[in-house]
Amino acid sequence: MAQWTEAVFLAAIKSALVILVLLGIAAYLVLAERKILARLQVRYGPNRAGPRGVLQPLADMIKLLTKEDTIPAGADKVLFLMAPAVVAATVLMSFAVVPWGPEFAFGDTKIKGIVADVPVGVLYLFAMSSLAVYGVALGGWASNSKYSLLGGVRGAAQMISYELSMGLSLAPVVMISGSFSLVSIVEAQQGIPFALVQPVSLVLFFLSSMAETRRIPFDLPEAENELVAGYHTEYSGMRFGLFFLGEYVNILVLGALVATMFLGGWKGPVLPPAIWFLLKVTAVAFLLIWIRGTLPRFRYDQLMHLGWKLLLPASILNVLATGAILAFWES
Amino acid sequence: MGEVMEKKGAIKELWKGLQALAWGFSTTFIHLFKKPVTEQYPEQKRSLPHRSRGRIILTRDPDGQERCVACYLCSAVCPVSCISMQSAQRQDGRRYALWFRINFARCIFCGLCEEACPTLAIQLTPDFEMTRRNPMDLLYEKEDLLVEHGGKDKEYNYYRLAGVQVTGPKGSHQGEKPPVDPMSNMP
Repeated sequence: MAQWTEAVFLAAIKSALVILVLLGIAAYLVLAERKILARLQVRYGPNRAGPRGVLQPLADMIKLLTKEDTIPAGADKVLFLMAPAVVAATVLMSFAVVPWGPEFAFGDTKIKGIVADVPVGVLYLFAMSSLAVYGVALGGWASNSKYSLLGGVRGAAQMISYELSMGLSLAPVVMISGSFSLVSIVEAQQGIPFALVQPVSLVLFFLSSMAETRRIPFDLPEAENELVAGYHTEYSGMRFGLFFLGEYVNILVLGALVATMFLGGWKGPVLPPAIWFLLKVTAVAFLLIWIRGTLPRFRYDQLMHLGWKLLLPASILNVLATGAILAFWES
Repeated sequence: MGEVMEKKGAIKELWKGLQALAWGFSTTFIHLFKKPVTEQYPEQKRSLPHRSRGRIILTRDPDGQERCVACYLCSAVCPVSCISMQSAQRQDGRRYALWFRINFARCIFCGLCEEACPTLAIQLTPDFEMTRRNPMDLLYEKEDLLVEHGGKDKEYNYYRLAGVQVTGPKGSHQGEKPPVDPMSNMP
């Protein structure tokens, strides 16, 4: 009994800690993105709130919280209010299975550097990223606005096209490490990170998960020059903030996944594991910002073409090739 | 044979695409280390061109007289009807505006009034910092608009070139020839 309560207590503390750190990092990721994007475009970016704009996330948060929360006439109220929560919650939940450090001892209790070491962590992640798109599609539908609806439909179509290649691109990683658990996947990269073993997988996964997170150049659901703001056109105040937050936590999740699956997770010399993990996530986030500052948006048919005709066959071939090599190796 | 050619084309295309990508990414990466070109507005103010269109003024001619003859042309040409005035006449026959009002809450700074003005009285200046919290503060009366100088063309004086009959005999305007005696044209 005592052990059971202790486990629940520990899990609660760990999830609270992870969520707090995640939200803090996400808030500053917004600032970092705006700053770096500005420098890529030879501008300064936000530099008014506090020295060099370090208080900008705080100012934005106060603004979003105090703004009026409008619900458009004719909107489906329940779904409209629920959609941003779905997006933010699923994204936050997917971080539960991401390991940020090895097992360490605190007093005489051993603590794992992960909220929940689920044996099927990879599947759980796919489930969460598929659920997140319900927030987008429902939010777009419930707004009773043509732009939102178009954005939501695009989001759903994009999710279907890219979920497949995303799943298949991770299959070789799972095949090599022989486990669905993210902790085991990190442990399997003891000698050599999977980025060197499976570079094709890395590229495929990076591209398709970038499409999953609806980042430029795959931000068709919120293409502002054609759809105003896509699925969150009608949202205001903190509900818009939740969509925004979901997007940035999603970047962190994507960075964490790339780091875990391909870059060896928390492993690294000299520095403590959590710092290594953070460094790798930041590197991926910087890459995403760089891409945003460089590439234009795809046309919709190009997006579909890339998903179905290039990424999907390539990932299937990759799985087959990996399987053949593994079978040859073992025999 | 044809297939091979096609394949070669595809590889060439791919190579070209990769080159283009690398070029784009390197361009943005180099920008990361450049000094931003942004002007930090309230601290750094750049001097605007002489002819940029901002706050409107009413100028005076070199003698220090008001140039405006209250002809209503600016008011008529104004696309948003933000200029209003009341004309009056002085003892010596020269017209002037009894009151002259520009509603800057409406003004779109198009400069048509300046173009329409026959006496160069109404002119636009490069000053644009005139926002107010209360729109009523944007109603500029004649005493707010009138300045003590000639604006862009300081030497111009309408009454030396054309205008009233009272200032002198015929032929005394600037650039005007004295009247010709038609009888002297006789063969």
